[in-house]
Amino acid sequence: MASSPEPAQSQSAPGVLLAPADVARVVDRMAHQLIEKCAGGGGVGEDAAGLADLVLVGIPTRGAPLARRLAARVEAFSGTAVDVGTVDITLYRDDLRLRGVRALEDTVLPPAGIDGRLVVLVDDVLFSGRSVRAALDALRDLGRPRAVQLAVLVDRGHRELPIRADYVGKNVPTARTQQVRVHLTEVDGTDEVLVTEGAA
Amino acid sequence: MKRHLLDAADLDRADATLVLDTAAQIDQALAGREVKKLPTLRGRTVVNLFYEDSTRTRISFELAAKRLSADVINFSAKGSSVSKGESLKDTALTLEAMGSDAIVVRHGASGAPHRLAHWVRGSVVNAGDGTHEHPTQALLDAYTIRHRLGRLDGVRVVIVGDVLHSRVARSNVWLLSTLGAQVTLVAPPTLLPVGVGSWPVEVSYDLDAVLPKADAVMMLRVQAERMNASFFPSAREYSRRYGLDAHRMAALSDDAIVMHPGPMNRGMEIAADVADSVRSTIVEQVGNGVSVRMAVLYLLLGGASS
Repeated sequence: MASSPEPAQSQSAPGVLLAPADVARVVDRMAHQLIEKCAGGGGVGEDAAGLADLVLVGIPTRGAPLARRLAARVEAFSGTAVDVGTVDITLYRDDLRLRGVRALEDTVLPPAGIDGRLVVLVDDVLFSGRSVRAALDALRDLGRPRAVQLAVLVDRGHRELPIRADYVGKNVPTARTQQVRVHLTEVDGTDEVLVTEGAA
Repeated sequence: MKRHLLDAADLDRADATLVLDTAAQIDQALAGREVKKLPTLRGRTVVNLFYEDSTRTRISFELAAKRLSADVINFSAKGSSVSKGESLKDTALTLEAMGSDAIVVRHGASGAPHRLAHWVRGSVVNAGDGTHEHPTQALLDAYTIRHRLGRLDGVRVVIVGDVLHSRVARSNVWLLSTLGAQVTLVAPPTLLPVGVGSWPVEVSYDLDAVLPKADAVMMLRVQAERMNASFFPSAREYSRRYGLDAHRMAALSDDAIVMHPGPMNRGMEIAADVADSVRSTIVEQVGNGVSVRMAVLYLLLGGASS
């Protein structure tokens, strides 16, 4: 959760917010938080039935591998396999006419669907909140979850909508002019979070 | 992606592949859903400007636009000011003044969509012009082949029938060769256009000779008025030489498919049992048409700033 202590940074180069080891630690902590919250607060492995109810849904591009990693860690810690999906939000964005078209990505839901289950949306960076709003719209067309929560690796502030994350890897106060870049091995060949100066 | 979709010949390999990939993603995103509607083009207006009757193409575009939440206006030339003498330009300017973002145009004159594209600020989609092109039909055909056979590169496509008058054939020739397929045209010599020698195709007059090597056979509709216009001796003879019946279909390889852009003349260019066989993709093509047109509208309108 947002109030949890953050892992010590191994600041190797200027602008590097999280190094590979930090990313792994942050994902582990988020996995533990998911287990605590979803398994009824009883602690690790005590009431794993709650986890069967859980679906981790990643928002492409980098939310998707992040969701798979979280699921793998949750399974490693609790012994319960967790369903994973992805939901492409491109067709639900409200800024299409400002930014131009982009290629669409996969939308994949677990065979059991999301009806009546706890969906945790997973994304790399939480910024304006518009991606999350688009994802909520997309979910509404895909089914009716019992509840929807949000997990992000980095919360950089500057919200434009009343949206708050339930699980945050790292809170990073940033200026609007800065850019936060999340790199993941699956997509970029390396794990790191960078903050760079320059217009968004 | 350019602002307009006027010719299949205009599309380069990257753009054409982008359309097909986008259509596949849209198909996958909507599969199994109760609500087949996306909010992508909310607030945009698409005008279907049809100077020729074409219920199937118009409905397909209408459904595509509606599934993307655009507002759709269907404008048919019959019974409109066009019959009072209004020009294409004035009609287009009127529609644009009413706030249309895209005009889907079907016109009997080859090149009408090109002219239209010079007059309006929005996007223009060619939904068939004269004997020139019908690019979204070619895109949906390519999509269907790729979906059924898994690839387009090196696929051998045989297009059979009235190539001379067929905009579907023209668009398919250009698009399929852009995407790496090998196209063979089969038709009576009278129904091949002058200059076909410069097209990136092979030409044959003998259907039976090319069928065993084909991966996809695309039958073209013989238009009723051609049957009496001395392009061939009789409908019966045409059917015997260039029609696809069960006997000819047996010459095809095991996984080859049979396509037809519709509407069909059952018993003329295609036998009823061929049209209803498992090889036939005719119904599938109609469904794919909606996905491909959604992809085109998304790619043309999604990013335009107006």
